[in-house]
Order: sequence, then C-alpha cells, then structure tokens
Amino acid sequence: MAVAAKKKDKPGGTPEPTRDDLLGYYRQMLLLRRFEEKAGQMYGMGLIGGFCHLYIGQEAVATGIHAALGQGDSVITGYRCHAHLILAGSDPKAVMAELTGRAGGVSKGKGGSMHMFSEKGHFFGGHGIVGAQVALGAGLAFANWYRGNDRVAVAYFGDGASNQGQVFESFNMAALWKLPAIFVIENNQYAMGTSTARHAAIRELYRRGEAFGMDGRQVDGMDVIAVRAAAEDAVAHCRSGAGPIVLEMMTYRYRGHSMSDPAKYRSKEEVARVRAERDPIERLRDHLVENKFADDELFKEIDKEIKAIVNEAAEFAQNSPEPDPSELYTDIHVN
Amino acid sequence: MPVQTVREALRDAMAEEMRASPDVFLMGEEVAEYQGAYKVSQGLLQEFGPKRVIDTPITEMGFAGIGSGAAMLGLRPIVEFMTFNFAMQAIDHILNSAAKTLYMSGGEIKCPIVFRGPNGAASRVAAQHSQCYASWYGHVPGLKVVSPYSAADAKGLLKSAIRDPNPVVFLENELLYGQSSEVPEGADVTVPIGKASIVRQGRDVTVVAFSIMVGKALQAAEKLAADGIEIEVIDLRTIRPLDTETVIASLKRTNRLVCCEEGWPFAGISAEIAMVVMEQAFDDLDAPVMRVTGKDVPLPYAANLEKLALPQIDDIVTAVKAVCNKG
Ligand SMILES: Cc1ncc(C[n+]2csc(CCOP(=O)(O)OP(=O)(O)O)c2C)c(N)n1
Ligand SMILES: [Mg+2]
Repeated sequence: MAVAAKKKDKPGGTPEPTRDDLLGYYRQMLLLRRFEEKAGQMYGMGLIGGFCHLYIGQEAVATGIHAALGQGDSVITGYRCHAHLILAGSDPKAVMAELTGRAGGVSKGKGGSMHMFSEKGHFFGGHGIVGAQVALGAGLAFANWYRGNDRVAVAYFGDGASNQGQVFESFNMAALWKLPAIFVIENNQYAMGTSTARHAAIRELYRRGEAFGMDGRQVDGMDVIAVRAAAEDAVAHCRSGAGPIVLEMMTYRYRGHSMSDPAKYRSKEEVARVRAERDPIERLRDHLVENKFADDELFKEIDKEIKAIVNEAAEFAQNSPEPDPSELYTDIHVN
Repeated sequence: MPVQTVREALRDAMAEEMRASPDVFLMGEEVAEYQGAYKVSQGLLQEFGPKRVIDTPITEMGFAGIGSGAAMLGLRPIVEFMTFNFAMQAIDHILNSAAKTLYMSGGEIKCPIVFRGPNGAASRVAAQHSQCYASWYGHVPGLKVVSPYSAADAKGLLKSAIRDPNPVVFLENELLYGQSSEVPEGADVTVPIGKASIVRQGRDVTVVAFSIMVGKALQAAEKLAADGIEIEVIDLRTIRPLDTETVIASLKRTNRLVCCEEGWPFAGISAEIAMVVMEQAFDDLDAPVMRVTGKDVPLPYAANLEKLALPQIDDIVTAVKAVCNKG
C-alpha cells in the first residue's frame, strides 16, 4: 500500500546529510560494532553471564533512526539493546559495566544485558518479553499525544516479535487515536532459529499495519543514509499529527541470536555474503571515500579513537565493584 | 538401570507417548528444526515429521489457545513454552480456557493438554526470565501441576501428564536438564501424578522440596548429617494435587518441618504446606514450621546479588538447625 505515499507529508524536505553528519554516523556505527565485539569477547571470558544478544550487522538501523530524532523523543526496544542505549547518550563504560553486573552499570548491575534504561536519554529499555515493547512504545506515544507536545516515540522490535498479538492490539489503538508512534521492525530475517518464511504468513512486514489503515515502508536497513531518510519522513509524519507509521528495516545479524546460539540454521556462506555485499559500515566507508569526505588517515584516526573508548569501557566494567549486598532490597518500590 | 539426563528422559516420554497415540503432538517455539531451544525435543521432528512436531511463531497466547481448542476436540497437545516466563502471555488460556472448561460445561468438555517448559531461575538471566510459577498455577482448581526433580520422575510424570484427561502444567528446570540419574526402562513405566516421594529418610526434621530445591535439600542433608542431624527429604513431585498425606506422615515421625522453594515467599507453596500442617497436624509440631525461599525481590543480574536472592544449601542448613533449636 502507501509505501512511498508518505513523502508528501514531509514539510519542506530534509537536507542531505553533510560530511559531518556522515562521519558522525560512521563513528557511531563503528563504536557499536567494536563495543559489541568486545562484549562478545568478554562473554567468552566469563565476564558477562546469562543471555547476551549482540547488534553486530544491524548498526545502520538504530544509527539512522537516532539521526532523525530530537530532544525528548522516546525510544524503546527489546533485549538487543546495547546499541540503542549508547546512541541515547549513555556512557559506554556504564553500559559495559551493566553487562558485567557491576555497581557502575547503568542499572547498578541489577538489569544486565537485556534490561538497561536511561531516563535522561528517554530510553525506556531493554525488555525481555518479546513484543512487550511495542505496547509500551505505543504508551510512550500516548503520553506525548496526551500532553499535546510534538514528541514522537520509537518502538523497535524484531521480525519474530511482529507476530505477537499485542503488536496488533497496539497498532489498532495507535491508529485509532493517531498516536505519534514509529514502529520500527528490525527484520534481520530470523527469530532465533526461525526464518521469516517459516514464521510469517505474509513476509512483507511493512504491511502489518494495513488492516488499521497505517502506512508502512520497507527500507534497506543496511544503508544508514536510507534509514535516516525514511526516519526523517516518519518523524515528520508523526509530528504533523498524521498518526503512527511502520518502518520495516531489512537488516541482518551476523552473530547467533544470543551468545549461546551456534546458528546452525543458516549457512556460513549466507552470512559471509551479507558481510561482503551489504555491511553497513563498509558501505558508508565506501561512500565517504567516493565523495572524498575521508581518507585512510582519518579512518585510522577514528579506529584509534573508538578502540580507546571501547578499551576504557572494558577496563571500567572489569574494575567496577560488584553491587553492595544491600542493593538486593533497594528499588523495589519508590519510597 | 540405564542412566539418562532429565533432557533425554523428557524427550523419551514424549516420543513413547507419540508412538502410542497419533493424537499426541508437540508444538512450540523452536521445538522442531532447532530441536528445542534447550534441545529437549531432539530427534522428534525426524521421527514424527512436521505435522506432529510444529514450530510456532512467537505467539504464546495464540498457540496456547490453539492447543486448548484442539484438546477440546480430543487431540492431546503438548505445548512447550520456551520458558514459563513467556507463558505469562498465555496464562489466560491456561486458566480460563483449559482449567475451567470441564466445570463450566458441567463435565461435558474435556481439555487434555500438557503445558510444559523450564520454570524458575536459570543462570544470570535476570528478573524477567527467572520466575517460579509453582504457586501461580498451584492456585488454580482444574489444573494439575507437576514439577519433577529426577530423570525417572521427569519421564514417568510426563507420560502420566500426557495420558491424563485434564490440563497439566509441567514445570521443568533448565539447570536440571543436564543432570543424570537412573531411569527404568519400558514404555509402560509411569509415575503417578499426586504422589510425593521420600528421597532420603531421617528421623529429626522433615524437609519438603520440589524441582531444583530437592538437590539442594539432599546436599544440605549431607552437611547436617556431619553435625548429627538426620533430615527426611520429601520430593513433592506434584504441586497440585498436593500429597499432604506423605508430608504429614513424615512430620508425625520427625515433629519438625522445613519447606523449601525457589519462588517468592508470599503466598507460596511453603505457606500452603504450613497452613495444611496447622489444620491437620498442629499437635505433631514441636517447633514452628520454617521456610527457605527466594528473597522477596525481582531476580537481580549481578552474580553476587543473584546468589543472595536465591535459596542456597546453607539457608536450608540454618533453617533445619533453627527448628531443632540448634541455631
Ligand atoms: C514472549 C516471549 N517468547 C519467547 C521469548 C524467547 N525469545 C527471545 S528472543 C526470541 C526471538 C525473537 O526474534 P525477533 O523478534 O526476530 O528479534 P531478534 O532477536 O531477531 O532481534 C525468542 C523466541 C521471549 N523472550 N519472550
Ligand atoms: Mg529477528
């Protein structure tokens, strides 16, 4: 349906990203990639426990969406949340320390990899129950609508999550009440070991809002520029009072579902092909080079800069003390 | 007797019952091609095919309802929840559709279904993935609730659950899947629902536990024996109907009782047992009943806090000594 129709709602038109914008996205995506690689290593060393879901491969989605958001816009997602939290402004040190379950973590070590939040960054989690964040995200949009401000809420969820009943309940209410909600489906082709072909009766997930009259767009989620453009449109659409919108981001996760998934349901060749042909960081790098926005020297400098941030985070996460035992009984109620 | 893991025992129970009746089928997330998120359904797709071993989308409420509806028409679904934390999406069908239909229909419509999957805390998976639902489901008339510890009981009780004409909630434990013990051979061997088992005899204190807490109680028993205290460990095996007879008979011998569970204390299984004992065996108590439970907090992720939040062997030792006035 109205896959492209939404363009006309855009007041004015968004300027093309500048060199600085693009270098900023490159830095962000590289930080997310290196951060997650480090988390994977630390998991392997037993410094991180439980479930740990890495965002490697999907960086362009959260980065491109983030680029279109402004102060006071809200974001919510599932357990694959480290990237979204860092983009919301949390210190990588505190994010990594949450992964190691230390007092210096964003949730004081109580939440872990799947449960991280930032009130200041308007980032509302970090949710472990597949689909829950969609209704919660509609609720964030509801609060903005109720207050009559022009803020929007972004709810990220997976292709697998898009089948949950509460997603459709939320879509209906969001459309009925014209809530300023952007529903971002991060379609990385798999829900754990189940491919979209095996879990969705109709695979065009951007059409999931059609029954409620909701517009949807499918976007190349491996292209940060395309993601940003679609997100700008969606934000403008929501701010104009036109109601919710669905963005289906076609993306891919390179690692297993979580650190404990050997990912035997897909071939090594499949993963290698996506990496070689669609990698979001490589693609932006090529674009920067083609436009003479950056050269090897600058890339090296950025590499170094990112490495330092990640190493510092890893160091902090290992040296931060465990939470005080008294923390067991705090934060259960607001006193 | 052959030794098996709990994981294998559960798989064999399903396979044997599926061979015995074409009405039995398994559905849930990742049960078929992935062979189970925790590999419990290993090999079942290969033996029984995709019509009887069904991968569902992530739609717990939907497939719990589809299972319950299919059971009303006489099929025997085994519905696997990847963990019982996710059955919260489906609890309405478990209670309102499966548990109550027989009663509401004046005995006409049956719902012979098994809802199974891992329950309780695993390792460092934090607050939303670590809850014990024994007391939640135990609360509901119309349900049977089973929670085994050993491999033999896992197999025998799951077979009974599949054959049972009622809805059964079958609470497993991820940390027990890899534990091995002896399992009697033969497709006819079952373990009856509603019967507890005395897994260690002792004269001094009765310690009641289920699922993973049985192992902890047995380890506590070793420590206590070194101090000259002999505890009798009862594995409840079934939460509902609760085998109060076995508990009270033991209490009449020991006159002291400690109840263990991993879940929260408030309105828990231990609270229920303590009440039953007050009602039926008050005069046999030489000391107040004590309970060892999870702390009254959402489960934290941090390793040190998680350990503090979950009931440990030493907590059982301390409680036993307290009811012996040897604290
Ligand atoms: C209600 C519920 N059911 C099942 C799970 C277990 N689970 C966690 S993630 C996941 C797959 C989700 O896939 P998708 O929505 O595509 O997101 P992705 O992991 O690919 O980002 C499953 C089945 C859960 N956490 N919550
Ligand atoms: Mg997915």
